[in-house]
Amino acid sequence: MGGLQKKKYESGSATNYISRNKARKKLSLSLADFRRLCILKGIYPHEPKHKKKVNKGSTAPRTFYLLKDIRFLLHEPIVGKFREYKIFVRKLRKAYGKAEWSGVQRMKENKPAYKLDHIIKERYPTFIDAVRDVDDALSMCFLFSTFARTGKCHVQTIQLCRRLGVEWMNYIIASRSLRKVFLSIKGIYYQAEVLGQTITWIIPYQFAHDHPTDVDYRVMATFTELYTTLLGFVNFRLYQTLNLVYPPKLDGQGEFSLKSECEEDYALESESYSEKLAALSASLARTVPSVEDEEAELDHFPAEGEDLEKMETREKMELEQNKQKKLFEGLKFFLNREVPRESLAFVIRCFGGEVSWDKSLCIGSTYDETDETITHHIVDRPTIDKQYINRYYIQPQWVYDCVNGKILLPVEEYFLGVTLPPHLSPFVEESEGDYVPPEKLKLLALQKGEKPQAEEDEEEEEEEDDEDDEEEDDQSEDEDEAEDEASLAEMEEKRAQGKSLSVKVTPGKVKPENRMRTEQEEKAEEKRLAIMMMKKREKYLYDKIMFGKKRHVREANKLAAKRKAHDDANKPDKKKKKKKC
Amino acid sequence: DISFGYLTSSSRFESFPIQSRQKQKKLLHTGMSKFTLILTSLNLQVLDKCKIFSSVSLLVFITFSVRSQDIRNTVGNIPMEWYKDYPHIGYDLDGKKLFKPIRNKDELDEFLDKMENPDYWRTVQDKMTGADIRLSDEQVDLVHRLQQGKFGDVNFNEYEPAIDFFSNEVMIHPVTNRPQDKRSFIPSLIEKEKVGKLVHAIKMGWIKPRRPKETTPQYYDLWAKEDPNSILGRHKMHVPAPKMKLPGHEESYNPPPEYLMSEEERLAWEQQDPEDRKLSFLPQKFACLRAVPAYSRFIHERFERCLDLYLCPRQRKMRVNVNPEDLIPKLPKPKDLQPFPTTQSLVYRGHSSLVRSISVSPSGQWLVSGSDDCTVRFWEVSTARCLKTVEVGGAVKGVAWNPNPSICLVAVSYDDTVVLLNPGLGDRLVCTASDQLISSYEEPEEVKDQLVQWAVAEGEGHEQGHRLILKHPKAVRQVTWHGKGDYLACVMPDNGSSLQVVIHQVSKRRTQNPFRKNKGLVQCVSFHPIRPYFFVATQRYVRVYNLIKQELTKKLMANCKWISSMAIHPGGDNVICGSYDCRLAWFDLDLSTKPYKVLRHHKKALRSVAYHRHYPLFASGSDDGSVIVCHGMVYNDLLQNPLIVPVKVLKGHTITHDLGVLDVTFHPTQPWVFSSGSDGTVRLFT
Repeated sequence: MGGLQKKKYESGSATNYISRNKARKKLSLSLADFRRLCILKGIYPHEPKHKKKVNKGSTAPRTFYLLKDIRFLLHEPIVGKFREYKIFVRKLRKAYGKAEWSGVQRMKENKPAYKLDHIIKERYPTFIDAVRDVDDALSMCFLFSTFARTGKCHVQTIQLCRRLGVEWMNYIIASRSLRKVFLSIKGIYYQAEVLGQTITWIIPYQFAHDHPTDVDYRVMATFTELYTTLLGFVNFRLYQTLNLVYPPKLDGQGEFSLKSECEEDYALESESYSEKLAALSASLARTVPSVEDEEAELDHFPAEGEDLEKMETREKMELEQNKQKKLFEGLKFFLNREVPRESLAFVIRCFGGEVSWDKSLCIGSTYDETDETITHHIVDRPTIDKQYINRYYIQPQWVYDCVNGKILLPVEEYFLGVTLPPHLSPFVEESEGDYVPPEKLKLLALQKGEKPQAEEDEEEEEEEDDEDDEEEDDQSEDEDEAEDEASLAEMEEKRAQGKSLSVKVTPGKVKPENRMRTEQEEKAEEKRLAIMMMKKREKYLYDKIMFGKKRHVREANKLAAKRKAHDDANKPDKKKKKKKC
Repeated sequence: DISFGYLTSSSRFESFPIQSRQKQKKLLHTGMSKFTLILTSLNLQVLDKCKIFSSVSLLVFITFSVRSQDIRNTVGNIPMEWYKDYPHIGYDLDGKKLFKPIRNKDELDEFLDKMENPDYWRTVQDKMTGADIRLSDEQVDLVHRLQQGKFGDVNFNEYEPAIDFFSNEVMIHPVTNRPQDKRSFIPSLIEKEKVGKLVHAIKMGWIKPRRPKETTPQYYDLWAKEDPNSILGRHKMHVPAPKMKLPGHEESYNPPPEYLMSEEERLAWEQQDPEDRKLSFLPQKFACLRAVPAYSRFIHERFERCLDLYLCPRQRKMRVNVNPEDLIPKLPKPKDLQPFPTTQSLVYRGHSSLVRSISVSPSGQWLVSGSDDCTVRFWEVSTARCLKTVEVGGAVKGVAWNPNPSICLVAVSYDDTVVLLNPGLGDRLVCTASDQLISSYEEPEEVKDQLVQWAVAEGEGHEQGHRLILKHPKAVRQVTWHGKGDYLACVMPDNGSSLQVVIHQVSKRRTQNPFRKNKGLVQCVSFHPIRPYFFVATQRYVRVYNLIKQELTKKLMANCKWISSMAIHPGGDNVICGSYDCRLAWFDLDLSTKPYKVLRHHKKALRSVAYHRHYPLFASGSDDGSVIVCHGMVYNDLLQNPLIVPVKVLKGHTITHDLGVLDVTFHPTQPWVFSSGSDGTVRLFT
């Protein structure tokens, strides 16, 4: 035997992990700097398998990092920059204290700055990795770009976020890669497919923010710092793939300059230019011919290449997508001033529509309200005074529903003052057994091209119902005999049909049902017996799965029941309305 | 009067005359601080006179000379009430007392004076002298002006235009006559020193030249050269952050009505902890997009996402997507395992209380049941007809038909008595033979003291079928026959004594207590069908004794809390135990002393278990009112484990007093099962 006795916690998992405080000391950074470093480098804590072993026998709650990760951080040049910055702050404070204003000035000018380029490259070694992770970056940038220019963060950051957001949106328009839009109560969700990656981001509604006090803006700012760098590089590369100029330039400069003459609201030329870009509309619309041709070619080549390789289903999908991309082509929209201009302009332009708005609303409008060729006028108020005949006046939800449905929906349900149909989330994909709202079913039917039938059926049903009601009324009241006779005859026919059917059908159906039922029962019993024979552990797992399934079904049923109750409650109202009409 | 003057260099004060009285007054009002103003207003002719252009520093003294005719009080500026009680009010310049003027006016005089004297309002009392003074018009005017906050002098203009001497306009003549300094001609040494320091600092690199400031970050094609080798190894271990959950219909600004919360749901939602909520927001419906407000928790949500990204440990969790159907074991279909009882075909009604025990005759034609209503009933199996009812003196705890087909005897236990009955059913020859067997007993010569009193039934009892009556010292709970039909074992559960099990030999009317020690509360006993083994089930264990060698051969651990019943496989190598904690344990005696399989099929306590004599079936009855029939195939091949498949759940008994099925037993030849329940019925399932 012999040998030295092994000491505890000197090998194994205890040495692989390091607590946060120790890691901080090892890097000799303050907690704030450590946090910043972790955010920038993408280091996150690890949950050890045996916490007690790692924690040296203690069960105190601690955050653990992998020792490897911390060693990796040791080599980071940015750590040096952090220290420099700390020194700079100290010097600056001293200069302030001594009232050496020239020194302060000089130091401020030589403020140490760092770049995150290498970190981006390191964290996202391939471009696809970066694109995949761009979701959060977009959401954060769009949020920051809505902040007020004062207070929570540097003006430059806000401006940069805005610029990057606009660049991204312009890219999405140019590449026509938007797929889904969803108006939620939180904001507007967009989903685009960029280089095969599904990217979802959310933009809040345009309101001033009520800044919460329990949010650490330093953390958010650090993330934004990283995200702006990431998004900038991603944008650059994306623009390159479409052969667009980066930073984005508007095409058709001549006209633009002509236009800009009349719009002297902006002090700086550059400012008005960036605003033009942000308008997402007319200016780019003029660039479309040249850019889009290129883009179309670019699009077609890879598509054909793929078609040769891929399956038919894929082909179909592509066809559908191409169709969707040209959803609004040839349509001319005009936005009234109360609708969310940016969102609508973005969506419409993404699907090939033309869009404009009132000149006084925003820079970059391309045509006036009086334009005869406008097909859709988007209004979000109950009535409008002056209406032109040759255009539809619709509510903004129509645009979003069309995008999600991938077809141009009938406009009747979206006219002014009409109660809108529910706006459904395009992100929900119902699997079997899930609750599917009836509106979704309707939409699916529409997509399949069964539109008229379904509607007719419904209408018929409704009509029938109405008729029934009327008939009942007729029975109770005395009205014109002729009508009565006709209706009675109808009713009799129906009844006769119904009766004959019921008589014929019931005896035929009973037997097979029974057989089926007995079979089913037998099977159910077999299953029950087999379940009895399950091992304890498997039984537990099985019960858990079944419980989950049952809960799922229960929820679906609950929703269905609620819907039914709602419909039942509203039916009489509808009928009354109809009758009145 | 004011004397005006200046100090010459020889510090001699020379006064200069002042022409006009007006200027005197002006000086009086403005005082020393308005020196320059005075100079300006004095006019240049004055300045000429005092020659201020020379290097003489000018000082202006103003002295106020009090008029000499004034009676001067020398007490100074003191509170005059100090002289209140004296006749004098102070001292004059010569040190003589100044007396107060005689004042003998009382209030009335004062009033009269006020009414009559037109100058009363402008009469004031001099504090210093105590005399009344009538103010002149000028003085009154002055008072008025001062009260209004104006200058005392009427003619004084406070807004006279100021003349700037040192203005921005360059004049042809210098304001001062001083020659310029030398230092204004030669370069500054101090500055030179400073510049030298800066130059040195720049040379040494201490001061860096200003960098051109980059306001906007520069972007370039970062991924121009994607080198797979440069990807760090650790990147393979990297777990990308999971994407945020996509919103469902309920988050829409205009969701379908079923997704909106009802009033109760909303209240429940509000009362829940924010962490427990399924939805982090309340679904809302807005009539139009214009009405949608800002979401107040937007920044919060982004922030929480940030926290998740850098604070949450990430782990790849392999989620096994188990199809629940795959978890169900593949068992042979019950159809293939027929025959087994499937339906309830007969119900034997007659007992008025719960039927504790049943037994079937070895021929399978008769059934005996013992009930708490103190009767034993004999039934014909095929017709459910009650052939005979025998009343006994207590609630019947156990009945057992003698398994020997050549003897027709039924052991019935109630209270502390076991009665052997001859029901007189079936073959008469057999009945008479068994009667003879009992009556042919001859008393042995030496009579031993028996544990149990053996008595032959006579009279009415004999007519009813009673043959032998065995009086036990304690209440008997269970009776069971040996396969040959000669031995009868009785269980008298008692925690304290060793006399819990007795074995009777009917032919010799002998009783013996096989155990000397108490090994626990005995629940039930059973004989091995072939070998001379005896199974005793206590609360937790089943002990197997070899009766010939008189030793313990095996102790089976049932892994349950309280064994209720036990049955031995006709092959003799397998035992099943039912327990009050809902388990049925199957022991393979060849394998181990631990259960080969534990079945938890019943929801409630098991009351009895039984094996079929020929078919590979066993049944268990439970308090949940069901009888579960299982296929339990025991193979002759020792290597093959028994196959246990539940084949049927038989339900029929109603649960009364929380008791369901109390006893189950199989038909000796057919795949039928009888069950007796607490509802006073016996049921046959075929």
